[in-house]
Parts: sequence; C-alpha cells; structure tokens
Amino acid sequence: MDFSFSDEQLMIRDTAAAFLAEVSGSAAVRRAMASEAGYEAAVWERISTEMYWQALHIPEPFGGLGLGYVELAAILEQCGRRLLCAPFFSTVCLGVNALLVAGSEVQKAEYLPRIAEGSLTATLAYTGIGGHWDHTAVEATWAREGDDYLLNGELRYVADGHTAQVLVVAAREAGSRGEAGISLFLLPGDAAGLSRARLPTMDQTRRQAHISLDHVRVTAAQRMGGEGSAWPQLATIIDLATIGLAAEQLGAAQQALDMSVAYAMERVQFGRTIASFQATKHKAADMMLQVEVARSAVYYAACVAQEYFGGGPLAAELAEAASIVKSYCSDACFSCASEALQIHGGVGFTWEYDVHLYFKRAKGDEHFLGNGAYHRERLARLLLDADLAEAAP
Amino acid sequence: MKLSFSPADEAFRAEVASWLEANLAGEFAALRGRGGPGDEHMYPEERKRWEQKLAEGGWTCVGWPEQYGGRGLSIEQQVIFFEEYARAQAPGRVGHIGEGLAGPTLIAFGSEAQKKKYLPGIVAGTELWCQGYSEPGAGSDLANVRTKARFDEASGKWRITGQKVWTSLAHESDYIFVVARTDPNSVAHRGLGFFLLKMDQPGIEVRPIEQITGTCEFNEVFFDEAECDAQDIVGAPGEGWKVAMGLLGFERGVSTLGQQMAFQNELDEIVAIAKTNGAARDPLIRQRIAQAHAELKIMRYNAMRMLSGQSGGDGSLQREALIYKLFWATWHRALGELAIDVLGPEGQVLEGAPYALSRLQSMYLFVRSDTIYGGTNEIQKNIIAERGLGMPKEARPEPKR
Repeated sequence: MDFSFSDEQLMIRDTAAAFLAEVSGSAAVRRAMASEAGYEAAVWERISTEMYWQALHIPEPFGGLGLGYVELAAILEQCGRRLLCAPFFSTVCLGVNALLVAGSEVQKAEYLPRIAEGSLTATLAYTGIGGHWDHTAVEATWAREGDDYLLNGELRYVADGHTAQVLVVAAREAGSRGEAGISLFLLPGDAAGLSRARLPTMDQTRRQAHISLDHVRVTAAQRMGGEGSAWPQLATIIDLATIGLAAEQLGAAQQALDMSVAYAMERVQFGRTIASFQATKHKAADMMLQVEVARSAVYYAACVAQEYFGGGPLAAELAEAASIVKSYCSDACFSCASEALQIHGGVGFTWEYDVHLYFKRAKGDEHFLGNGAYHRERLARLLLDADLAEAAP
Repeated sequence: MKLSFSPADEAFRAEVASWLEANLAGEFAALRGRGGPGDEHMYPEERKRWEQKLAEGGWTCVGWPEQYGGRGLSIEQQVIFFEEYARAQAPGRVGHIGEGLAGPTLIAFGSEAQKKKYLPGIVAGTELWCQGYSEPGAGSDLANVRTKARFDEASGKWRITGQKVWTSLAHESDYIFVVARTDPNSVAHRGLGFFLLKMDQPGIEVRPIEQITGTCEFNEVFFDEAECDAQDIVGAPGEGWKVAMGLLGFERGVSTLGQQMAFQNELDEIVAIAKTNGAARDPLIRQRIAQAHAELKIMRYNAMRMLSGQSGGDGSLQREALIYKLFWATWHRALGELAIDVLGPEGQVLEGAPYALSRLQSMYLFVRSDTIYGGTNEIQKNIIAERGLGMPKEARPEPKR
C-alpha cells in the first residue's frame, strides 16, 4: 500500500502543468472558445506530437506509451485546471477506452496506432434526446439488413462529436428495452447518412454535438463486441470516462480556489484585504476541504481504473468508484466555482474575468455523464436494493 | 501509487483477526461494540483487564519503536491492526490516552528517566492516563491556560493549582498530564509547562460532568496545591506549549483508520435499519445514505494519502491532513442526523426510563461533540485558511496583564 505519487508521476504532472500554463492560458482558451472546432489545431498538434498524451494509456504493441490511469488522471487534473480546449478527453477517455474495452484485436490494430501517432480523433456517442446516462440513454436503433446493419436515430451531448474523425456509436435493436439489444459500432465521421452539428453550449470550453443517423449502413466488421450484448462493455467505458472527467473537475475546483485566494489577498475593502475577513477565510477553507477530498477520491478511482486494465482486486469496484468520485467531484467543483464567483464579487460577474468560465464548465461537467444525484442513486442501488424486496413496503 | 496490501500484510491481517476472534471470548465477549465514544464510562474494570490481555498478546502500542516496548509495526500493518480491531468490534481502549498521546509525547520529548518510569506501565496496560488541557476559560483558545504551577523550594516539588475540564476517564486513570503556567506573569503560549501527575493524591478532586446523553464520561478535575515531582516536568519550564502542540500532532495518527472502521459499523447498522423499516425507499434518505457511504470510503483513502505522505515528521501538515479533522467530524455529525432520520418516530422512543439510549440514539447526541472538541470546526477553518492557504491570521487584541 502506497498512496503517493512516484517520482515519475510527479514529473508527468509537473510537466503537464508547465506545458498547459504555456498553451492554455486565458487568451488561448478564449480564442478556442470562439472557434468553430472548439480548439486550436496548433495546440492539439503540440499535445499530440510533443507530449503524446493521447498515447498515454494505449498499450505499447499498439504504438502507445503503455502508462497507467494514475498518470492519465494527473494530466487530466491539469487539463481541467486550465480548461484545456482540445479533443483530448473525448479521444482518450471516450474513444481509446471504447476501443480498449470493446474493440476486437483487428479494430484495435486499425485505430489505436493512428490515435497514438496523433492523426486520428475519436469520441463516443450514446445518449439520445432523453438525456439519460445509463442504458435508457441508448435510443438510436440498429436493424439487420443482410450481413450489414442499418442505424437510425438521434444522439445528443456528444463530446467533440462534430469534429471527431471516428465515432463509437451505441444503438439498440429496434424494439429492445433495458440492457438488452445494445450494440456498439465504429463509424467514420463522414459516413453516408450521418449528419452532425455543433450544439451551442453555455460552457464554451467543451464542444458538444448533435448527431443524426439516417439509414447509416455499417458492416459487421464495424460492430464492437457482441450483437445486442454490448451493454456491460459500454457501462465500463462510461465508468472509465467518468473517472477521467472527475479528474478534470478536481483541477477546475483547485483553480477556482487558487484564483479566489489570490484575488482575496489583493482586493482591499474597509481598509483591509477581503482575505482577512473570517467570512472569506471560512469559505476558502470549505473549498480547500472539498478540493482535497476530491483529490483523494480521484486518485482512489484512478487506482481502481488502473487495476481494471492491469489486473487487481480493486477492478471489481469500478462502477462503485466511478459513482463515488463523480458524485463528490461534481458537487465539489460546482460549489468551488460558485464560491469563487461570490468571492470575486462584481468582477466575477464580468465576461472579462475568467471566473465565469469555471462556473460554466463546472455545471457542464456536473451534468455530463450524470450529476451527483444520479450517481448517488446508483450507489444506493448497490447498497440498499439487494434484499430490500423482502422488506416491508 | 498502489492501494492493495502485500501478501505478507494480508497474512498479518489474518493473524490479527484470528487472535481477536479467539480472545474476545469468555468474560470479554460482552465487551464487543462497547466503550466507544458515548459509551466510554461502561465496563471500566473489564476493559482494564482487556487492556492487559492485549498486552499479553503484544497488541498494545503496536506502532511504538521496539526499544520502548512497542511492536514496531510498519504503517501498513498498523493500519491493518486498527482496521481489524474495529472490524471485530473490540471494545474502546481505556489505554488510548497513554498509548496514543502520553507515550508518544514522552518518546519525543521526555527524559530517559521519564521514559523508563512511565512507558512500561502503558505498554503493559496496567497504568491509565488522562489529559489535562482544556479549562473553563481555555477551550478553543487553549493558550489561555490559568492553572498555575509553582516550584516549592522547601519540598523540592511543583505545586499545581487550578481546574481542568472535559477530562475523559479521569476517575479511572492513574496519571494525568497537565499544561500549567510556570511563569505567573506570562500570557498566551509563553511561560507554560507540561507536567505529569499522579491522580491518587489529596490535592486532586474529580467531579463528573453530566452530558447531553445523560451519562458521565467527561469530568472536571480540580487541583489544589497538587504535587508533582521535580523530575516530572516534560521539557523545561516555559516549553510546555511546544510539547503540548507536538502531542496534538499524534492525535492524527494511524488509529484514525480504526475510527473509520467504527464509523463503517455505525453506517452498516443504519443501512440494515433502513432496509427493514422501509426508509431505504425514500429517495432523499437514499441520497444521504449513498453520500455517507461515498464520503466514508473517500475518508479512508484520504487517511491513506496522509499516511503515505513524506512530510509530517517535522510537525508540518500536508493538505490532506489539514482538512482531516473538519472532514470526519462534519461527516460523523451528519451520520448522526441520518441515523435518527432513518429511525423516524421510533427514534424518539428510548430503550427505557429514565434515559436509556440505544447505540444509535446515543451516537446521534454524542457526535455533536465531534465538531467542538480537538479544535472546533470554526477553529479548523481558521487553521486551514491560514496554514493551508496562507491567508491572514486572525487579529489578536493586545494581551492584558
């Protein structure tokens, strides 16, 4: 048992922090926000050709670095801190994880090396217009046509869905319900019958897209996992992505705290800095508690994800860990961003200061992949429902 | 970063579990689940004998260095010991002030003579200790100690006069450590001394305090020219604050992992009741149970982070350690409220007259002390803001003489 970073992990974290301070400052984030793609190609190119973050947890036989989820979480934390605008979360946490969990050896060999070398971006599309995050989210349908499949339906809230070059799409057999009937398909972004549009979103630092499937024909070779039986794999992909997202939330919460303390130490009212008021100090202390607890949660969950890939007894806790970390970090991140706005006072309400970017990102992240209440209910089912049926009504 | 334990540590876990299983039998079987917070006044004699039983097995002072009679366990094995101890619902330790506070303080700051005189009785479980810190006028403001220590040249002894409060186990203890003012003209944290006193003497009187639970675990201790041998001051006169603060650092030790296992036992009981009485169908109760579960699990990893950290030896605290007291105390207080809300109207009905509380009823009331003792939540937030975030210190008025 050793719950501290190794020297190598510390180096990865510090390198990421320094790099992002350079390429993802306020001006860069605002340029990316205003762009159609939602990110600057030059920044993504530096990430993918100098830092190789997209290759981080891809195994070496597929051209990756073969590192673990703890290292990935350390980088994602820094990305969240700087509100990095790049198809990094979508490609790695959604795309790569989907390929690692559900891809065949052929599919992995076809796509992972291209992602690792930085020439391909990817994402996962599974949520329909109902806006759920569990198996009821899957609304698009598939139907057999000869050896092929025809896909139809609408997908929403797809991270970087309008730019990703490869989409992993979840669809269910027409007429199926629940966990049954769900399949995953690998689609090129320009597949015939697939149309996609950027969704204008309140948080402008992470792009979402709406995707329409109109009789999109795919071959059996494009199917990932079993026909109609891919829900367990999809659930695992979502859990892994959820842990990655929580690491970003941690970073954003940390930055909201740091910005607040720095501002409070400078802002003078009534002849003293507002940092000297106990009301401000106690707010900041509450924020620091949430940040540190979130950090313990993120690195616990990252260790669990690591054991999912590398083997170990904690692997069985993946779903639980995902819900623990996402429920805590969602609430902590929003609370910290919200208090940051309050501590900044009037300037926190302006477009000029960066506080609103964190405030908006926090709410976007909170709802993406399920908010705190959703994940607590998931935990409640694990804890309470096994033998509740026999209990008194 | 690795969260699993090694096979050797897992074997050690089995050894601890089987020793506890074999020995929490006979007269000790009734002690399971007893003597924790809110119940510390129960079974004192049996729990003293249990302390000695533990000592026979070598299970007291497991984290102390072997040269002082400890077991010299690694951090991992200490974690395992305290987890298994709580999992077995072994009783609250009457020796915990000696083992967790007095002993480590003497090891760090005491003279060789003091170590030789006091440590063996702690290890053997034969001599119990209590703590004389808080006073009626010195709660959160601990440095405002008024109890005086005067060196009596005629007898060659220190004479202690004053009052301490919130002293748990005072009526069961053999010794007390006391922070008292050696320089009558001093203020705040200057001019204090750290003294070791025998409880059984004419100058000391113990009066129990009846608490919110109707029970009396805490006491007031009155000192009237109480006697302390010249060699029983730890550090020099005037160094008492340094020693006292060093001791507070020991409160954040490995035993917190055992505390969490006790929390888990409480949460398990709440979950079982919620399933039985149907509260587990209430969407808001479900949210609260899930939150309690999630945060308890995170608390465990926060503690492991704390124990795995590099700093701490020099008294500096890492960030996760700074927030720890505020986190667990607030969590535990919320667990009390969850317990009583899960019980519903039946939670208002006692086990008997005049005021017999069930374990969860008692917990609900007793946890109100968690956010007050050992630094209130408000003091914790000051400490976090000042030491953790570098924000300005609270203004202090000029001391009055």
